[in-house]
Order: sequence, then structure tokens, then C-alpha cells
Amino acid sequence: MARQRGTGIAAVWYPTGMSGGGDPSQAMIKMQPDGSVDVLIGSVDIGEGARSVMRQIAAEELGVPIELVNVTLVDTDSSPLDTGTFASRVTHQTGNAVIQAAQEARQVLFEVAAGQLGVEPQQLTLQDGMVVVRDFPEQAIPIADVADYAVWTERRLIAGRGSFGWAPVKVDPETGEGEPLHNMAYGATVAEVEVDTETGEVKVLKLVSAYDCGKAINPLLVEGQIDGGAAGGLGSALLEELHPYYPTLDHYPTGFFSYMLPTAKDVPALDAVVVEMNSISGPYGAKGIGEMTANSQAPAIINAIYDAIGVWITDLPATPEKILRALEAG
Amino acid sequence: MIKYPINFKLNGQLVSVEAPATINLLTLLRDYLNITSPKFGCEQGNCGACTVILDGEAVNSCLVLALTVNGRAVTTVEGLGTPEDPHPLQVAFTEHYGAQCGYCTPGMIMASKALLDKNPHPTREEVVEGIVGNICRCTGYNKIVESVLAAAEMAR
Amino acid sequence: MADYKYVGKRLPRYDGMQHALAKTRYVNDLRYPDMLHMKVWRSPLISAKILNIDTSKAEVLPGVVAVVTHKQVPHNRYGAGDYPVLADEEIRYLGQEVVAVAAVDVDTAMEAVSLIQVDLEERTPLLDPFKAMEPDSIQLSPIGNFIKFDGNPYRQILKGDFESAIQEADFVVEGYYRTAAQEHCPIETQVSICQTDGMGRTHINTVTQAVFFNQGTIAAILKKPRSKVHMIGGVLGGGFGAKNDPHADHIAAVVSLYTGGRPVKWLWTREEEFVASTHRGAMHMFFKDGVMKDGRIIARSVRSIRDGGAYILTNDYVVAKHAFGVAGPYNIPNVKVISYGLLTNKRPTSSMRGFGLFQASFAFEVQMDRIAKTIGVDPWRLRFINAVHDGDTSATRAVLHNCALIEVMQAAAGRAGIRLDEELLHMASHSREEV
Repeated sequence: MARQRGTGIAAVWYPTGMSGGGDPSQAMIKMQPDGSVDVLIGSVDIGEGARSVMRQIAAEELGVPIELVNVTLVDTDSSPLDTGTFASRVTHQTGNAVIQAAQEARQVLFEVAAGQLGVEPQQLTLQDGMVVVRDFPEQAIPIADVADYAVWTERRLIAGRGSFGWAPVKVDPETGEGEPLHNMAYGATVAEVEVDTETGEVKVLKLVSAYDCGKAINPLLVEGQIDGGAAGGLGSALLEELHPYYPTLDHYPTGFFSYMLPTAKDVPALDAVVVEMNSISGPYGAKGIGEMTANSQAPAIINAIYDAIGVWITDLPATPEKILRALEAG
Repeated sequence: MIKYPINFKLNGQLVSVEAPATINLLTLLRDYLNITSPKFGCEQGNCGACTVILDGEAVNSCLVLALTVNGRAVTTVEGLGTPEDPHPLQVAFTEHYGAQCGYCTPGMIMASKALLDKNPHPTREEVVEGIVGNICRCTGYNKIVESVLAAAEMAR
Repeated sequence: MADYKYVGKRLPRYDGMQHALAKTRYVNDLRYPDMLHMKVWRSPLISAKILNIDTSKAEVLPGVVAVVTHKQVPHNRYGAGDYPVLADEEIRYLGQEVVAVAAVDVDTAMEAVSLIQVDLEERTPLLDPFKAMEPDSIQLSPIGNFIKFDGNPYRQILKGDFESAIQEADFVVEGYYRTAAQEHCPIETQVSICQTDGMGRTHINTVTQAVFFNQGTIAAILKKPRSKVHMIGGVLGGGFGAKNDPHADHIAAVVSLYTGGRPVKWLWTREEEFVASTHRGAMHMFFKDGVMKDGRIIARSVRSIRDGGAYILTNDYVVAKHAFGVAGPYNIPNVKVISYGLLTNKRPTSSMRGFGLFQASFAFEVQMDRIAKTIGVDPWRLRFINAVHDGDTSATRAVLHNCALIEVMQAAAGRAGIRLDEELLHMASHSREEV
């Protein structure tokens, strides 16, 4: 006959890239005569913002204003191969491929500019849209001028290629020994809930989290994953059941009227910290983030429910019915 | 199949179209008038991806029979802003990352517009109430709410 | 720490304004001249033998351009080699596709489907993965119900000696955990537009998350090289793992071989998405841990059973990834994991955000609290003293680096206004020495 509050915690880990490896992402970069850059990747954007992240990396590596960088949509006729947008792999694998491609394109740019400036390519660097002689920065040419000269006069293609992924991994068939999971990332969530012991309903008051994604290439996009993951995790914990009469298919849901999804009213405000424990292999130290952010809420909520009312709901989702039955039994 | 004339105001312009009695407003807009902003998400009246404004109210266009909009006014995202002159909601959704995959976004924006037209200075709770009929699977809603609040601020 | 011009910056999405103006083109927004619409005949039974397929009435309905059964599929197996594109001998799950129809509009396609007669001999379905493990159970595939891992009917992880270590423990804590079957519910349903041109190239506007993987799969189904399969992807209306496996593309691609070059669009309804698209399978996890008085977990055993659905798809990947990570981010010297994937008469389960580790995380973290309550140790302390550090090995004996469990817990506690003990606040992942 009360609303009981409780707090619960959960700590999780998640690998970057496909389990078992063998997941290449290829990338190609080409530069137009005016210094515009096309970045060809095979990764589709499922909403997480892959194109935006790759654009930032390419612009950084090539020293061109980001307004000049275009990241293409995926077309198998022109995009290089990519294993897929899953397994929290794109920032890491495609990001590294883009860096490799940018390095190769940069080398071509330097070779051409070296001729124009009368220096060696290794003396050159990039700064603010210019190719600059490292020790004599007043000797510089705008990248756009180098590109124009390269295409029409030198008749060279300023382009680069990259490919990155984990090597395929075999684990011991009996012991599982091996390294199938790479670059583990970590997360923790503190959940505060309020359980109505009359109706069994659970309200999630707070979800406070910290996630390690290594270097956050775009912190705004990382927040988007944290927020979206929180809603997904909350749905898993409290609402979503495809087989209400498991293991049978009785009363199988066929729409959102019988399969409950979180709405704007269900998800508490974002409250999260990004911890950057850089990886040794990721672009700028990045790790993956997309999936882990949906894994820490369900256990934190269930642990909070226990804290509130002293019952373990170990069979998801923690529906009002399960909570009331558990209270009755306990 | 018999088609009936429907004359109504679409984004401020009078349009005339002929359509069967059995179709809904979502189909009328998408298939007969090339207005593709309202999306097919469920066509069961539950997800809000098809939200448009009908005579000032946010409605699920999949639940409105096309013929019933005769003589009325419908607003969709196409009538809001342009790349050169975007609506404050569109600016806010871009700056505050209110759209990830973007599929629920047209519905969210129309639901938000309907709210702001009636209540130009909503509280956070009122914004949440205004979009509670729109499901988003990507964003977790927080940045959508922030976008709407920011748009309200901009319009001040 | 270097300061970058673009990396690390909160830049708005590149295509954010495109979304806000509703100018992003999703597959269902695309129109092509002469475009046809597709609907399929889906099995109303969960498990059945197919006796006969009669499409004669559908074929002569005005407006119908193509009616396709398994007979017209160039190579009718994909996935792990077990999955038919269109069912031929049997139905293994409710809603399984049997016949595809392309017609001038959706209404005609639906009417044509209603004219198709498929004679089915109903069979008792196998729905319980535990029953599927019994030797006298119905066998769903020629190689049985157990999904195989390097020839074994389970993925096993062995580190140290669990059987001995559990004897040494001060406490034995057991727990059973179950995660539910879930549907991703991307707001955009499965949809595909396919057109095979005069050069024998099939062009596909796809919503898949794994474009090249699907290109290879479809090329094999069409018995053509990849150069004949042209897939155009873009921005999906949500994925979450719903759109890794072939759903609409492969069947629409086959149908497009028979429409005289006309493009054909297949848009799944929300009901089809629920009934017939891949989803997360339920997972049952049994934990048995050996814990010392001071909170150190010295032995952990996990037995997991995944309800895999009717065909293998990526079930072996999910179960393996689950097994690799289910012992948790904790430095446990003796680990024994046996993880199973069982075939059942349900829609094949596959990837969903978390891919085996969502399930594992739920189980190992509720188990941690159960341990904490059982032995009387604070739940934060329990996690801190067991947390992995750099140089520790995982259950598969991989050396861990750039660990951060301690740091994320410190940050989360700090943000939540929880004051942790000084001892815990002084821990760090890079070293076990006091910091």
C-alpha cells in the first residue's frame, strides 16, 4: 500500500568490433581539383551518425575545412566493402580505414606539393587548409592549389585506400582459449526506481551512467547513443516481451498496442558521463559505444527493484503482474 | 474503383484530388500528392510517424479517412521551412541532435508544432505530454525534448 | 592531450537539417516508373509439411505480373545453408514465406495472395528449447536441434579448474536468469525495391545494415557473381540488428527476375515485422559461483540456453559472443561456461543490440547483487574488488588492456552523488597498487 523507492547498480563490458574477427571495413578517399574531398565508405548509417564521424576524421587527417568533405552513401558499384553496421565496429574499423586512406592521399598531395615548393615530401605538413614546410611555415601553398596542379598539370590522382578489421580468430574448441573479443569498453549505471506495491508498476526516476568509449570522436553523437540505449534498456527491463505466454506463441503481439515500447514519458532525463579510456588501436583511441549503452539499465533496474521491495525479478520484463505475484509469494 | 473529389488546403495552398473512399490521409498525402514527410510506421495508429496537423490538431494521418479532410486544412513538414529559411523547430532539431535516423522526425516535428502553436512556452512536462504519442527507438527522447524547448526559446 | 580541429567536437550531424526538413529519402519514399508491388503468402501454421502449392488462380488475376514459388528460386538455400528463400518441403515457423506475388498495385497483390492454395499437413510444433535438448524430441533439422560450434553442440569456455575451486569457496551462490524474446521495432519496417535490367544486373534499394554481406548472399541465391548484384543503401529508419539478415531484398530480387524488367517494391506491414522478422531470442542462464568471505569470486560456472528459432542464421555468433563475455568484467580465475543454441519452431532469432552480451550483462549483474546480499558485502565493493585490471586475462585467457570498469563505476557513483569508500576511490585499472 505504498510507493517504495530503491537504488541499484550494474557494471558492464562490451567489445569493439565483430566477435571472432574477420570484419574488414574498406575506405577510399579522393580529392577533387578544388580541394574537395570524397570519402567512400561501405558503412551504412543506421542513425548513429557514421557519415558524420568519418567526415570529422577525414577532415582532421587531411587538414581541409570540413565543409569541403563529402561522405558518400553506400552503393556497391562504387563503395568499397564493409562488413556491416553492427557489433559496435564502425567508428573503430571504418575510422581506421579512413585514416589509412587519408594518409595515402596525403602522401600523394605532399609529393606534388614538394615538387611545387622544391622540398622533400617528408618536410611537409598540413595546417589550416595549407600544405606547409614544417620548419619554414611561410613556405606554404593552399591545398586547393596543389590539388588543381596535381589533377591538370601533373595528371595525378590524389587518392588513398584503407582497410581495417580484426584478423579472423579461432578459439580452442574445448576451452574457448583465444582472443575473440577485442578492445573491451566499460559502462556503469545507477538506477533509481519507484515501485507501486498496489499496482506493481515501476517508474524509473533516474538513470545515471558512465560509459567508456575511448576517445569520443563526436561527444554529441555519443550522448545520442547513451540516451537511446537508456530507452532501449528500460524497455527491455520493464516492458518488452514478444512471447507473453513463453515458450508458446499464444497471444503473440502484432503491433505497438500489445508490444509495449517506452514513450517520452517513460525515460528519465539524460544524466551521463563519458569516460575516455583510450584504446591502443582505435582511431584517436576510440572504442565502440553503440550497443553497450543498452545493456546496463536492465540489471540496474532489477537490482533497484530488489532494493525497493526485497524481491528478485530475474525473468524479464519485470511486468506489474510479475512484481505483484512476487510480492504475494514473498 | 469510384473516386471522389477532395478539395482542401495543404500547407496553405488549395489542392484538388480524386481518391477512393477507402484510403486514409497518409496514403492520400504520400501516394496521391507526393507529400512523403509523413511516414509509414505501423498504420495501426500507434507510432505517430504519420503525424500531420489537421485544423490545428496533431493527428495520426493513418487514422483519418482521406475524404473527411474535404474543406479543411492540413499542414505537413513540407509547409514548415526551407533550406534557406528553416523553421525554428528544424534549426533546433539539427543543433540539439533531435534526429538520429530521422524516420520519426517529421511526426515529432508536427506534434511539437501543434503543441507550440497552442502553448508557445511549454514546460518540460508539457513537451513530453505533447510528444507522448510519437515513438522514437533511436534517441531516447531527451534530445527531442531539448530541441522543442530550444525552438520555443528561439521563437521568444 | 592534443587539441584537434574536428575530432572530439560536438558537431551537429552532417545530415541533421536534411532530416529536419524531411528531405531524407528512405526506401519507401522512392518511386519508379512502372513499379510493381509485392505481397507474400505466409504460413498460418507454426510447423507443417507442404503437400502442394496451387498458384493457378493467382496467376490469371488481372494485374498480376509474376507469381513465384521455390521452383523459380535459382538457389533456394542461404544463411548457414539451411534456410530456404521460399519454403519448399516444410514450414518451420509461423509466417514463413511460401509464395511471392508481384502486381500493379498492393490491393491486387493481396487479392492474388488470397487466391493461392497451399496444402499443409500440420505437425506438432517444438517451442520449448529445453524440450529441444532432449534426445527423443522432435528433430527440426537433419543434423538435430543443437547448433554446432566447431563440431560440438555447445560453445564451451574452460579456464582454471572450476570443479576444484568451487569446493574451496566459503559461499556458493546460484541464480537463474531469463531474458525475453524482443523485437527491435525500428520505426521503418523492412522494405526493398528490386529491378533486374536488360544486362542481367539486379539493382536493389535496400535498408540492410550489412550491404556487402547481403550482396554476397543474394548473388549466391541468384547464382550470379557479385558484379551482377547492385545494392544501394543509405540511411535506414532504424536498425538495431533488425536489418542484418535478408528479409525483403532476397525474395524481391528473385521476383524481379520474372517481371520483365519492371521494378518491384515490397513493403512489410508492422504486423509482418512482428510475426516474421528476425528478433532477439529468449535466453536462459544458470549461474553457480564460488565466493570467498572477503568477496572475491574464485569460481564461476554459467550454463546458457538460447531459444534460437527455426534456422541457424547468426545464432552461433550470438551464443559464442555470449559465452566469451558472460563471466563478466571480473577477474575470476576458474571459469566454466557451456552455452547452447537450440532450434525451435519460432521465427529464426538473430542480432539485436547487445548480441548475447545484453543477456549476459543482465544475468551477471543481478547475480553480483545476489552475491552481495548473500555474503553481506556492499554491492559497489564487491564489483570493485573483482574488477578486471590491465594485464588480467579474460575467461578465454586473452590479456586485457585499457580497462576502465573501476573508472566508470567511480564516475557513475560520483555523478549519482554516491560517496564511495576512499579505498575504492583510490583504485585504478592500470595497476593493483594503491594509487
